[in-house]
Amino acid sequence: MYAYDEFDRQIVRERVAQFASQVERRLDGSLTDEEFRPLRLKNGLYLQLHAYMLRVAIPYGALSARQLRQMALIAETYDRGYGHFTTRQNLQYNWPKLRDTPAILGLLADVDMHAIQTSGNCIRNTTTDCFAGAAFDEIEDPRPTAEWIRQWSTLHPEFDWLGRKFKIAVTASRQDRAVLKGHDVGVRIVRDADGETGYQIYIGGGLGRTPMEGKLIREFLPRAELLDYLEAILRVYNLEGRRDNKYKARIKILVHEIGLEKIRADVEAEYASIVAASPKADLREFHRIQAAFDAPEFADLPEVSRKLEQAQANDPDLALFVEHNLFRHKHKGYASLTISLKGIGQAPGDANAAQMRAVADLAEKYSFNELRVSHKQNLVLPHVRLDDVAEIFAVLKAHDLATANAELITDIICCPGLDYCALATARSIPLAQKLSRHFGDAATQKDIGELSIKISGCINACGHHHIGNIGILGLEKKGAESYQITIGGDAGDQFAIGELLGPGLPETHVPEALDKLIAVYRRERRQGETFIETYRRIGLAPYKTAFKEIADAFA
Amino acid sequence: MAAVKRPPLPVILVANDLVEGEVLFAANNGWTRDVRAARVASDEAAALELEQFGAAQASESKVVDAYLVDVEIEAGVPVPRHYRERLRTLGPSHRLDLGKQAEFHI
Repeated sequence: MYAYDEFDRQIVRERVAQFASQVERRLDGSLTDEEFRPLRLKNGLYLQLHAYMLRVAIPYGALSARQLRQMALIAETYDRGYGHFTTRQNLQYNWPKLRDTPAILGLLADVDMHAIQTSGNCIRNTTTDCFAGAAFDEIEDPRPTAEWIRQWSTLHPEFDWLGRKFKIAVTASRQDRAVLKGHDVGVRIVRDADGETGYQIYIGGGLGRTPMEGKLIREFLPRAELLDYLEAILRVYNLEGRRDNKYKARIKILVHEIGLEKIRADVEAEYASIVAASPKADLREFHRIQAAFDAPEFADLPEVSRKLEQAQANDPDLALFVEHNLFRHKHKGYASLTISLKGIGQAPGDANAAQMRAVADLAEKYSFNELRVSHKQNLVLPHVRLDDVAEIFAVLKAHDLATANAELITDIICCPGLDYCALATARSIPLAQKLSRHFGDAATQKDIGELSIKISGCINACGHHHIGNIGILGLEKKGAESYQITIGGDAGDQFAIGELLGPGLPETHVPEALDKLIAVYRRERRQGETFIETYRRIGLAPYKTAFKEIADAFA
Repeated sequence: MAAVKRPPLPVILVANDLVEGEVLFAANNGWTRDVRAARVASDEAAALELEQFGAAQASESKVVDAYLVDVEIEAGVPVPRHYRERLRTLGPSHRLDLGKQAEFHI
């Protein structure tokens, strides 16, 4: 993993001291609320429905055991004993006190962490594939590129006050597991015909109130040119993007309004002027970073683990876990193991301090001290030996973390919604819990197979509802919570925005509506076809007809 | 000056404590964390008084985001009409062990 050098440490320590002074001045009244608000947001501190909320950056979702233990300590000392992992691979504390936040930031700095740029109109945490550094299908580990972008974007003076927030995702695999086309900029690591490694760049994607699919702006960018090219994109956006209306200020709107060809021409012109004015870009810094991500010393193991096979034969629960929660590793005899934070009936993405410590211990003992946070709000042990999976499973089971549901219908993405969030228009967690229980039976889940439900409690779409195979958006309708349902969204390579099925329903009727949609799938599916594949083949109409029965009954 | 738009009466005053972040309600004397002890304004004059109290407390850096919330009186206790504000008087609905609902057994 990348380790902070003296400059990284100094930046973070200075920032903690600066924020501590700002908090003091706010508490003694010398800063007004208007003056203080943008300062606290620059440090990830929000004021939510019941309390403050602190969002901690987890760069590209990578954590060490020590870091996760520190997060557990903070949860116990300064919060209510738990944290919430988000769709941007970060962690949120829901109950910190303003006067304690400098101390919390100090504890984070002790383990090379911070909350800088987790809010505000700046470049946010760069996200990546949760199996980064381990996935069988990656060209290379995408984390060095993500770290390179992190260093470039941290406190970048030109991009500190953009028109709106800016999110970048990186992947190095053919299969997109980082929602590239749902980001302001998506970076795909590719090789050209000569075998040179470089980047394919997507621009103008996003969810929120105006969902847009990212568009390919550059087919191949040589590696050394990445930061200058990103600089050109940000500069064009910063100059040309709208600032008159915050809902039209993201780069997706600029791309939509002026068109891909025009923005491509503008970016290339800006890029040419950057190149002409600066020394030739080189890869020294990239190589320095890359060296810090050296792959662990993997053992030479047989492809199949007899030990695990025998354990599975004796334990059907373990067999189910292996079937769903292991992901193919690039090294024989290893796997990446998903720790579901979606226990049946639980709040998606929440983990308590004891669970965090248990996972940290597992990472230390079995996964080269490494962990990942996924945008699906789960944790990942990236490098475990197949031989060790049964032991890991036993520990997970003892901590209520052994739910075998990765990629299944109960692996629900869900924003905090109106149970915490000041922006929300409806609750989302109770509905996620209800659906989890409704579909929680193992046999039911197995029969339905791969199906993503994504729930947002408002139009800002933190719960990625647009790109759920089934998306649910909580709104207010006539003074009550109401849930709109979409179908056909896809977060991956066949990126798609879901289609609205009809009018919103009260929470009580959502499970039945989903039953109807799944009944269509069960009726129409061909051998081996997933929910989304059947939808793509047969189209919206049959689902709409099925949905109408519910909508009419409750209209 | 245009008339300030206020929610329909009766109302209570809600704010966040600056230091703790916790939701507070204006009481007969200062602030309370328990909505059942909130001062209810049933006429324009009382609502204005609440509003002025909130503004003064905000300028003294005691609270932030003070605003009036319309309520119904149920069993002698103010209950916000809107579900969002009802949640603020209680806590997260999926964690009954947290928030005011746990502390005050509401």
